[in-house]
Amino acid sequence: MTTVSNTKLKAQASALNFYYGDYQALKNIDFPVEQNKVTALIGPSGCGKSTFLRCFNRMHDLYPNMRYEGQILLNPDGVNIIGPHVDPIEVRMRISMVFQKPNPFPKSIYENVAYGLRVRGERNRKIIDEKVEEALRNAALWNEAKDRLNDLAFNLSGGQQQRLCIARALATDPEILLFDEPTSALDPIATSRIEELIHELKEKVTILIVTHNMQQAARVSDYTAFMYLGEVVEFDNTNKIFTNPSSKLTEEYITGRFG
Amino acid sequence: MSAKTRDLPAVLQLEETRRIIARHKAWDRAFGVLGLVALIGALLVFATLLGEMLKNGAAHLSYDFFTSFPSRRAANAGILSAWVGTTLVMLVTALVAVPLGVGAGIYLEEYAAKNLLTDIIEINVTNLAGVPSIIYGLLALGLFVYQFGLGQSIAAAGLTLALLILPVVIVATREAIRTIPQIIREAAYACGATKWQMVSHHILPYSLPGIMTGVIIGLARAIGETAPIITIGALTFIAFLPQSPFQSEAPFLNVEWLSAPFTVMPIQMFNWVSRPEADFQANAAAAGLVLLVMTLTMNAVAIWIRYHFRKRIKW
Repeated sequence: MTTVSNTKLKAQASALNFYYGDYQALKNIDFPVEQNKVTALIGPSGCGKSTFLRCFNRMHDLYPNMRYEGQILLNPDGVNIIGPHVDPIEVRMRISMVFQKPNPFPKSIYENVAYGLRVRGERNRKIIDEKVEEALRNAALWNEAKDRLNDLAFNLSGGQQQRLCIARALATDPEILLFDEPTSALDPIATSRIEELIHELKEKVTILIVTHNMQQAARVSDYTAFMYLGEVVEFDNTNKIFTNPSSKLTEEYITGRFG
Repeated sequence: MSAKTRDLPAVLQLEETRRIIARHKAWDRAFGVLGLVALIGALLVFATLLGEMLKNGAAHLSYDFFTSFPSRRAANAGILSAWVGTTLVMLVTALVAVPLGVGAGIYLEEYAAKNLLTDIIEINVTNLAGVPSIIYGLLALGLFVYQFGLGQSIAAAGLTLALLILPVVIVATREAIRTIPQIIREAAYACGATKWQMVSHHILPYSLPGIMTGVIIGLARAIGETAPIITIGALTFIAFLPQSPFQSEAPFLNVEWLSAPFTVMPIQMFNWVSRPEADFQANAAAAGLVLLVMTLTMNAVAIWIRYHFRKRIKW
């Protein structure tokens, strides 16, 4: 396995276990997330990749009967974001998420992007305006949306809605951006736009992406982890994983023999 | 297909299939006719009711009818004190039932842990909606009229009807909240929202049309309630108005009307129906028409709100 040098390490999961009730969904995961790189999680349905991703913004805390063990350290300050004394809201303010299905609020395009700022108590109209524009530009939606900022977000197409959700996640300058199968509900053209976007965004933000689509992982990511039954089977450079995997299981999965 | 048809040549098999389809379609038609008969039956009953009231009461509907107090002479009698009483009682009912019901609904859906206790509460809330209204009247007589010393007042009546429609408001609130997809909640939390921010920025505004529909339907039920109001002792003959809630000097609002004795539309009707003279019967029919229009208007508003907002929000 490749190791990521410490200076460029944005986050590090170590000995991470996660339980839904008695069921252990994640088993002893050690996993580095490199700064300003795209790290992809692949694996068959139910392997725990989404569960792992949702540890990073403490989404599991919304539901009862779950338990974290181990740690995920977030740099630069090295706080253990799954620690019991760490406020999940603080974690979510540092780490944003884009979901599987576009989920804009039934509000205007502008209000969707501004929401994170409003939650943080920002009232200065000028600052919000600037941030909304910047986020929409970074999400490659500005040209299509600039003349209709007060339109209801539901009037956008599916691909535009997903880019709006990316803009909403970007507006608050997150340290890590999580993508949970962001293109599984989109058509191929919208998908390729999102993929291009992910490629551009890593200049600004560290990205962790779960995908069902192995070609997508190969196209967009720098590192790839293959997960199976709640464990990380193999973590390496994306090139290495897709051309010369060390594990037999990984090879079988990426060549389509199961999953 | 039965073993018999399988042995038949292909052409005959097709014949048999067509016969089966025709038989099934006959049931289709039969059910369509049955449904139509049921619908016409229901509409006819309503039309007869409305027609009868129109025939008896329409002639009595005049400006004076709305601006006159009840009187011993049927021709001079009006519904002024009744509709003012109904309006004020409904105001109290809404002011009490809406915050309590919506608050309870939000708590049960968004805050309360899902366990045996909340299950029991849920079943009880639903059952409360089915409790006969006179039982609420008895409770209110003991609690509001005597224990709290509110007497036979607008406040007591408003609180009684608020209790009565509370389950309706709670259930409507919960149903409205449940239609909001979980991914919207997750989106808000992922932006760093607290629970209260999530509820006040998203859950409340998005469920408002559904909640308002429930509130109006609840009020439309309360407006026609007679039994609990009689139980707490509303007067049937009132020839004065309670003090106006508004006044010219600061603080511009007063609460004395709350403790005023009152009557309401259905009680006024009940009073007139129970008198032998035909003219009073006609007055009752006219008051019935007014009450009916009030209720139908409220229901129409509820339907409009539901339709108007459902068009805008598609999850």
